Amino acid sequence: MTIKTVKDAINDALVQSFEEDKNVILMGEDIAGGKGREQYQGTQDAWGGPFGVTQGLYTKFGGERVRDTTIAEAGFFGAAIGAAMTGLRPIVELMYVDFAGVCFDQMMNQAAKVRYMFGGKQKVPMVVRTVVGAGFRAGSEHSQTLYSLYTHIPGLKVVAPYDAYDAKGLLLSSIKDDDPVIFMEHKRLYMTSCEVPDDLKPIPLGKGRIRREGSDVTIIAIQRMNLFAEEAANELEKINISCEIVDPRTYSPLDEELIFQSVKKTGNVIVVDESNPKCSLASEISSLISEKCFSDLKAAVIKITAPHTPVPFSPPMEDFYIPSTKKIIDAVKKLKDV
Amino acid sequence: MIEKEKINWIYKKIFTIRFFEERIKKIAKEKKVPGYLHTCIGSEAICVGVMAALNQDDWISSTYRNHGHAIAKGCELNEITSEIYGRKTGICKGRGGSMHISDFSKGMLGSFGIVAAGPAVVLGAALQEKINKSNKTCVSFFGDGAIHNGAFHEAAGLAKLWDIPMIFVCENNGYAEATATDWHLNTKELSDITKAYDMLSYIGDGNNVFEVYDITKKAINEAKQKNTPIFLEFKNYRFSGQYEGDTQLYQPQEEIDKAKQNDPIKLAKENSSKYGLNKNDLEKIINEAKEEVDKAFDFADTQPWPQPEDALEEVYVNYPLEINR
Ligand SMILES: Cc1ncc(C[n+]2csc(CCOP(=O)(O)OP(=O)(O)O)c2C)c(N)n1
Ligand SMILES: [Mg+2]
Repeated sequence: MTIKTVKDAINDALVQSFEEDKNVILMGEDIAGGKGREQYQGTQDAWGGPFGVTQGLYTKFGGERVRDTTIAEAGFFGAAIGAAMTGLRPIVELMYVDFAGVCFDQMMNQAAKVRYMFGGKQKVPMVVRTVVGAGFRAGSEHSQTLYSLYTHIPGLKVVAPYDAYDAKGLLLSSIKDDDPVIFMEHKRLYMTSCEVPDDLKPIPLGKGRIRREGSDVTIIAIQRMNLFAEEAANELEKINISCEIVDPRTYSPLDEELIFQSVKKTGNVIVVDESNPKCSLASEISSLISEKCFSDLKAAVIKITAPHTPVPFSPPMEDFYIPSTKKIIDAVKKLKDV
Repeated sequence: MIEKEKINWIYKKIFTIRFFEERIKKIAKEKKVPGYLHTCIGSEAICVGVMAALNQDDWISSTYRNHGHAIAKGCELNEITSEIYGRKTGICKGRGGSMHISDFSKGMLGSFGIVAAGPAVVLGAALQEKINKSNKTCVSFFGDGAIHNGAFHEAAGLAKLWDIPMIFVCENNGYAEATATDWHLNTKELSDITKAYDMLSYIGDGNNVFEVYDITKKAINEAKQKNTPIFLEFKNYRFSGQYEGDTQLYQPQEEIDKAKQNDPIKLAKENSSKYGLNKNDLEKIINEAKEEVDKAFDFADTQPWPQPEDALEEVYVNYPLEINR
């Protein structure tokens, strides 16, 4: 057992995958850094991506497999698709998910559809690693989550781990998976840590996780929202309200069964999602529950999300934008009439 | 000959930008401001030289590295600083932050955080000027890294095809993040990429504010005369890291030392007597610039924060529902 940060756990999963399979390659902007200055000492591998997550891979595995790109996302995303179809297992880094727009076509129309549209003869085993999330004071174009943008598209799988254990286990699976996977890393979670066994097995996609057992209220928490759900549950325990926290971990496929079981047990549901509310994971999960567990519900499902606005820069406004522990506590109290 | 007033303006702006950015760097170290900061130390001559050739109501677009453009375009220093501090009286009401400093009333279409988002937006403004037979100049600023992005190429192709007299200003500062420009270019000169569009292009010394001014002024005239876009490449050096906090491990010291010999501020100072400024004139301008920067930071420090609910405002011009909470 070792304590690992999310950042290191992801690096470990990458290294392990590179070692296990020579077809795994990595492409992205400054995933090594220092290109063109190799003749100077200390310039190689100068960045490891903007958060240092891929640091060391270039030194370990070389420039043939760890490729710095130009700012040409549509180009290297497309290249990943072709490489994946013909035998490699490319991982591409989309520096911030907010840049999805400049290369979305490659994912939406090519990666997601070639298998289906061309008669099921080919597969696209690629992974998009990308950084999501508010709370960094990074403004409207570097703070979105956009989970549902990808979840909406048939043919794409979507993974969003909360802790280091899940980050490693789910990334190992994502790389081995034969479908295109969007692997979303939250910038505010990189430095959080937990125990991660050195020999952790891949965690299957489509399996959620009960992070806390409880009997009164089910809180379904999406990625970083697990932090607030846990804090809220601790507070609520003091007034004898027992919360169950469900972390779906993967959104396509979604572990509906796990969610429904919890709803059956508690009858009260809150979904917490950092995204904008319209056509979000929160609205999707809430509608699924209403459809499939109507008779188990003691009250309407409550959604706690960001407002229908871009992410504002200034701290008081950004803090207001992001769902909070307090909002969860208030919602639970309202549900339980206390 | 450049008129005296313009020379004074150029000197005032170039020092203001440098002092402003140096102050920001210091404040970034003290972790006094939220979020990402991309300073433009080394770009001052490009910001000021280009803007000296523009009127205040001409249109520009900028990027996340926008402080210099905003200052040179005439945005209020107090409001810029307040914005970076995240205050309610900021130029974008605290909603944008350092990466998005922009004031439409000063001819700024926007400071975009997405690389290469600007050129096509400026193309549209220039199209409007053409359709309405107005004559405002339209300039898009972007970096060397942006020329690899499809959006830039699509804008360039359309601008040429439609005979749009816009100016593409590429600041070739030697790096795109931690990647050296000499590595990422496929052509010998960056501006060679315009050959694909048969677009006129000129290369200038981006450290020499008067050369930048000259080239830009001529390009604007030529573009309008010939009804054609023009691509300007100004070469300079990014003394700042990609962002404040960047270790800059990839920028070798000897390279920085060499670039320092052509520091735009140093060159401007050396050239000052040639442009009719004596030592006293120069000192006066420098002191004024310092004072204004100091005042702006003092101002920002005292400004109120936005209310949390202010986040809900101005998402749309018109929306039938209250933005839900
Ligand atoms: C589409 C897109 N991809 C990646 C980024 C991340 N990014 C921000 S700045 C930058 C480098 C830009 O370099 P350059 O165009 O030379 O401008 P400079 O920063 O040197 O002014 C990158 C890759 C981005 N903002 N947008
Ligand atoms: Mg550059």
